[in-house]
Amino acid sequence: MSLRNRAYIAGAFEHPTRLAPDKSTPQLHAECAAGALADAGLSLEDVDGYFCATDAPGFGPISMIDYLGLKVRHTDSTEMGGCTYIQHVAHAAEAIALGKCRVALITLAGRPRSENVVRFRPGAPEGQFEQFVGLTNHTSYGMCAVRHMHEHGTTSEQLAWIKVAASHHAQHNEHAMLPKVVTVEEVLESPMIADPLHRLDCCVTTDGGGALVVVAPEIARSLKRPLVALRGAGEATKGPSGGLGLDLTTSAAARSGPAAFAEAGVKPSDIKYASIYDSFTITVLIQLEDLGFCAKGEGGKFVADGNLISGTGKLPFNTDGGGLCSNHPMFRGGITKVIEAVRQLRGEAHPAVQVPDCDLAVATGIGGSLGARHGAATVILERQ
Amino acid sequence: MMSERSYPAPQPNTETRVFWDAAAEGVLKIKNCRSCFRAHYYPRAICPHCGSDQTEWVVSEGVGEIYSVSVMRRGEGAPFAVAYVTLDEGPALLTNIVDCDPDSLAIGQRVRVAFKPSEEGAPPVPTFTPSGD
Repeated sequence: MSLRNRAYIAGAFEHPTRLAPDKSTPQLHAECAAGALADAGLSLEDVDGYFCATDAPGFGPISMIDYLGLKVRHTDSTEMGGCTYIQHVAHAAEAIALGKCRVALITLAGRPRSENVVRFRPGAPEGQFEQFVGLTNHTSYGMCAVRHMHEHGTTSEQLAWIKVAASHHAQHNEHAMLPKVVTVEEVLESPMIADPLHRLDCCVTTDGGGALVVVAPEIARSLKRPLVALRGAGEATKGPSGGLGLDLTTSAAARSGPAAFAEAGVKPSDIKYASIYDSFTITVLIQLEDLGFCAKGEGGKFVADGNLISGTGKLPFNTDGGGLCSNHPMFRGGITKVIEAVRQLRGEAHPAVQVPDCDLAVATGIGGSLGARHGAATVILERQ
Repeated sequence: MMSERSYPAPQPNTETRVFWDAAAEGVLKIKNCRSCFRAHYYPRAICPHCGSDQTEWVVSEGVGEIYSVSVMRRGEGAPFAVAYVTLDEGPALLTNIVDCDPDSLAIGQRVRVAFKPSEEGAPPVPTFTPSGD
């Protein structure tokens, strides 16, 4: 059984805030839910499936279901870090295909700029062997970049082009946290955070969130929104797994991506627009290779010279400015990747970055820590 | 040179007590599998390569080479080097490279284990330092 055409994204909403000192985190979830349902032309009482992850306050999905006033017959609180919400789209389609729900609501929200957010999860089996190292995402992704440079000759200038492309898109996004266009030189001159990643190689930290409404085909056809179908999906995880054959230059997206393309029956060269998880510039480069947009080791050449800029490059990516320039709510860029892909497929992206005839898009992400243990989720979405 | 960091106390459990008791003696222990003959780190009761419970503790020479390294430039204790070291026995482990100029570190560089004290009454932690080989 394939997930192709089993479910449609009928509602998508990105909270406009990037700093929310005067709202609670549950309130942000609720505002995102309301926004996505209004976008779809549905209401809370239509929702019969709820999907959330550990950013949802309280006990699993139960607290937020009660807070929102939902009455659901299906729940899923799968947690895989920042890419979770891409994975939730596929899991919602699975549930819909099996008749377990017909209107699935996915929410993400958080306030890492306005409140202390607990990210350490005690009891992890690796904890006692690794916690002392002081690994953060900066050094984790930094080690991936160092190794990629060592094996393939990738340069800091090439990585900087990823940020430059994102900034060219962000200038058209009124909600972007960093709307200013930057140059390769400005990226390289920004302070070093963890070698070889500069401050401008890193994504923003934002309060905010987003929501998606995934529905059964007959419901999608009854609504007034363009039809955005899930055509294929894949997920995978990767870790050192005992330490043999460590490879920091390939991510779990090397399995989630091909699985999604296989299910969709399309090739990377068919893709008109790509939402690529961009916690750091190196995150984008490795995923582009792993999804097959270029060969392993060719990512540096692929992203250089504006190739990711909409209108001039071969592969328009993250046309909202992505996590690098616009929004990375609650340290998690998964849901905004799906939302911008939906905008592109509907023709609702900003006119300056809208891809002409955009009928096929990919949204892919990494969750966890690329240099340690991480997951990846990929969806192929189609305008019908 | 890098500044001296303070290390949090590891929390041994029944599955890992042997490792930390050896660490207190300055010995790095890893696990070998008597079923698939492969080593692994961090140590588990069940082999992550084949699923066998026939794992045994062995003493590592505690030497290897840097697989990748990134120097943290910001925040408490910076600058400090985070690295994967591939032990000569095979497994790679996540660690710090200490007692050196962090800007001098490179992939392929030879290193040896250097246990650093954590908190009072707790076992030391396995960091590495350039061996000059």
